[in-house]
Amino acid sequence: MQPGRLRLIAGVLSLAAMAVPAHAATITIVMENLVVSPAEATAKAGDTIEWVNKDVVAHTATAKNGDFDVMIPPKKTVTYVLKKAGTVDYYCRFHPNMKAMLKIDSEASP
Amino acid sequence: MFAQLGAAIAAVVLLSSPALAESKLTDPQIAHIAYTAGNIDIAAAKQALTKASNKDVKAFAEDMVRDHEAVNKQALDLVKKLNVTPEDNDTSKALSKQAADKLAELGKLKGAAFDKAYIANEVAYHKTVDSALETKLIPSASNAELKGLLQTGLKIFQGHEQHAEHVAAELK
Repeated sequence: MQPGRLRLIAGVLSLAAMAVPAHAATITIVMENLVVSPAEATAKAGDTIEWVNKDVVAHTATAKNGDFDVMIPPKKTVTYVLKKAGTVDYYCRFHPNMKAMLKIDSEASP
Repeated sequence: MFAQLGAAIAAVVLLSSPALAESKLTDPQIAHIAYTAGNIDIAAAKQALTKASNKDVKAFAEDMVRDHEAVNKQALDLVKKLNVTPEDNDTSKALSKQAADKLAELGKLKGAAFDKAYIANEVAYHKTVDSALETKLIPSASNAELKGLLQTGLKIFQGHEQHAEHVAAELK
């Protein structure tokens, strides 16, 4: 890839970052040795969840109510922007013994 | 159903036979058993990928190939790093023999009958392996890294057991 193109991408990325409202946060949740931590996290609609999979096998973050189904490949990090408020139980479809919960509050007014 | 149960019981008896209880398993033997157990499930899943008709059963088989290959690769990397040569043993031999019989038995089935029998065997097989890991392989492992790998493996395979139970319930 040419350096010019890299700079362009970096520029676009920083623009995108600026477009995110100041109050939106990123919450990191780690999956390691089939344990999700924190198992209970609190966020707001509009926040980004960053799932970090440290295992050699793929996991999913699958909402029981069908709100999201995110696949996180081995040794990868996947981000997802929360859309709806609510208390959501989620699990891994491949290893249903992995369970966690997200408490999503309504988006804060600016 | 009785054949399934019989096979599961035979495997449990095998893995907890007095001969094994008396002589403590060595790390090279444990590594061989764990690797063999993984390969058996990969072979079963590959058979299922050619024979299964239900899409959830197929997806489950794909998950088994992917996960067990990943764990076995990690096991191979570890034994290489530790300079351990996996050692064949009676438990590995018995597991392989039993798995070959099961492959032949399932090979005669078709369609929904195959799907049900494959998933039922996956539930039984993971139960057997998980129990062997918990009561025999993990407590016997000397090397801390090998023990750690087996402990993570146990959680992955317990996940498979639950996943298989869900798929089995959907088939009913």
